[in-house]
Amino acid sequence: MSHQLANSFRTGADERGHFGIHGGRFVAETLMPLILDVEKAYAEAQADPAFQAELDGYLKTYVGRPSPLYFAKRMTEELGGAKIYFKREDLNHTGAHKINNCMGQILLARRMGKKRIIAETGAGQHGVATATVCALFGLQCVIYMGATDIERQQPNVFRMKLLGAEVRPVTSGAATLKDAMNDALRDWVANVHDTYYLIGTVAGPHPYPTMVRDFQCVIGDETKVQMQEAEGRLPDSLIAAVGGGSNAMGLFHPFLDDASVRIIGVEAAGHGIDTGKHAASLTGGKPGVLHGNRTYLLQDEDGQIAEAHSISAGLDYPGIGPEHSWLHDMKRAEYVGITDDEALDAFHRFTRWEGIIPALESSHAIAQAIKMAPTLPQDHLMVVNLSGRGDKDVNTVARAMGVVL
Amino acid sequence: MSTVTVVNRLEIRFADLKKAGRGALVTYTMAGDPDHETALAIMKGLPAAGADVIELGMPFSDPMADGPAIQLAAQRSLAAGGSLSRTLDTLRAFRETDHSTPVVLMGYYNPIYARGVDRFAAEAAAAGADGLIIVDLPPEEAPELTEHLNAHGIHLIFLTAPTTDARRLPAVLAQAGGFLYYVSITGITGTASADEAAVKDAVAALRKSTDLPIAVGFGIKTPAQAAAFARIGDAAVVGSAVVQTLADSLDEVRAATEKTVPAVLGFVATLAEGVRAARR
Ligand SMILES: Cc1ncc(COP(=O)(O)O)c(C=O)c1O
Repeated sequence: MSHQLANSFRTGADERGHFGIHGGRFVAETLMPLILDVEKAYAEAQADPAFQAELDGYLKTYVGRPSPLYFAKRMTEELGGAKIYFKREDLNHTGAHKINNCMGQILLARRMGKKRIIAETGAGQHGVATATVCALFGLQCVIYMGATDIERQQPNVFRMKLLGAEVRPVTSGAATLKDAMNDALRDWVANVHDTYYLIGTVAGPHPYPTMVRDFQCVIGDETKVQMQEAEGRLPDSLIAAVGGGSNAMGLFHPFLDDASVRIIGVEAAGHGIDTGKHAASLTGGKPGVLHGNRTYLLQDEDGQIAEAHSISAGLDYPGIGPEHSWLHDMKRAEYVGITDDEALDAFHRFTRWEGIIPALESSHAIAQAIKMAPTLPQDHLMVVNLSGRGDKDVNTVARAMGVVL
Repeated sequence: MSTVTVVNRLEIRFADLKKAGRGALVTYTMAGDPDHETALAIMKGLPAAGADVIELGMPFSDPMADGPAIQLAAQRSLAAGGSLSRTLDTLRAFRETDHSTPVVLMGYYNPIYARGVDRFAAEAAAAGADGLIIVDLPPEEAPELTEHLNAHGIHLIFLTAPTTDARRLPAVLAQAGGFLYYVSITGITGTASADEAAVKDAVAALRKSTDLPIAVGFGIKTPAQAAAFARIGDAAVVGSAVVQTLADSLDEVRAATEKTVPAVLGFVATLAEGVRAARR
């Protein structure tokens, strides 16, 4: 079944970081030499077997990899269609896939001799993962987080502080992830000599989209082996939630050249695409330039960036990684929208079916699985990326239910 | 309106000032800040107040290279209906009476990309722009724009920073026109103050590689600093301090008062005095 596609989808980006018209490096000149340094250091690390060995060691004994591929029997029976597996990134140390990337980049920052780490965060998962690896290696850590997100993700803010990070509230714009990224870039420009910017998703200037993808590909690489062990073949479909797109790209990328595998990315449709209050950049945006790369963006006619909306802070971003934009243009992956209400419904059903409280981000992927599975035959093998656990979201869910904690 | 520009106004202005033996004062104000009419009144008054070159900011929702003063200016402009179209309106209205002051549009790439680079280049040229500074468009990504700007006689002005090393400089200079903008601090606009000795060395190094006039900007706030840097380079750019003067003149709902236009032009006049006194 799994013939290779004639042209590989796995060769990008080109040497300047372009995926078709997307990607590239759109940053102030002050940052260009630094970004070229990161690119060079990463290329050297990639060529050094000691780097991969060190990373593998930490992934195994500290992060807890490989994460299991779990067959969701009750959910499968309830829906009566496709056989549904979950890639359990929620079981990683710190509770999400974000740590895979943080571990890779912190080892790189150490190789580069950087002493101060900055990062942006939305849901706080990337901030927590960054604060965690900084604590592990004794590095100074500054996290930029929108004031709105600080409000709705209090437990994660406290975790970051416990880990020794300084959390800087960002009040510009809508005070969410996009604004946090602006301030992180401003910090980097002002602290070029000692600071490493640890971007949390497959976005930003080249080489970040490629590098973060590479560090997250452990998700898809493991899935391929685990599915082979469980079923003796490739899965038929992959589903993952897409904020910036790192958990999705990590799962998808190793399968891009397996033509039989259907690939579905789930964007946050918020209150609904037609309401304008959503975070679905591919469905509701058009190509533009922000945060160092060209990609699909939510924007108005004048090219001003629009505010995204999603109940899930981790998906509340008006852009998307450039490689997803390219896969969308090439039609190798399909991108669909799931609303806040659908994600909440999936959150509750999955929690009761499987005894696993999923992150609201991951709940978007689960909702898509709930839609699709009943329409598919019982021998269809579906893999859903359970990108994170939902402990951080219990306050948001309680509020949505009208429950006061 | 009969503005047939055969030679770019930037070249004429820098050549004239070279003859006069002094550097240029370049001011930055945001189009549409705090409203279209006030911003236009300020722009019209800038040449008489002593600005030799005008940088007109194009508002953007996510000004990543700017500090708080210019971020807030962009927010005020956008809240008052500012846009790329309105910015071009401002420039067109300015050119009805001023045919000689060079105007450089400065901003971020997305609004231009959204408009279409070919359409933008034609409209900006027709409106009377002489140069363009796009903060987030490094030389590697610039050819898709320079192609169209060149066709319309608009210079793309590039920034070099303290971090730009000898390996990178040729790439920057290859497409640079009008003048070279030396970013005198590693940081965002309106934060640190530039260090004179370091800038002197950097400008001297740049002069070995280019004949373009060199403007120094990002860390210049006072008339004395403007004078000093206009002597080191060929121009001093003052942005955040001008924009902050405007902000300080607004009322509690951030609307213009009768003090706004005179406050800004008065401040520019003191900068100009400093620059003009600093003959070489
Ligand atoms: C659990 C979880 N899933 C998904 C995301 C979305 O990010 P990405 O699209 O980069 O995977 C986040 C971001 O915070 C997250 O915390």
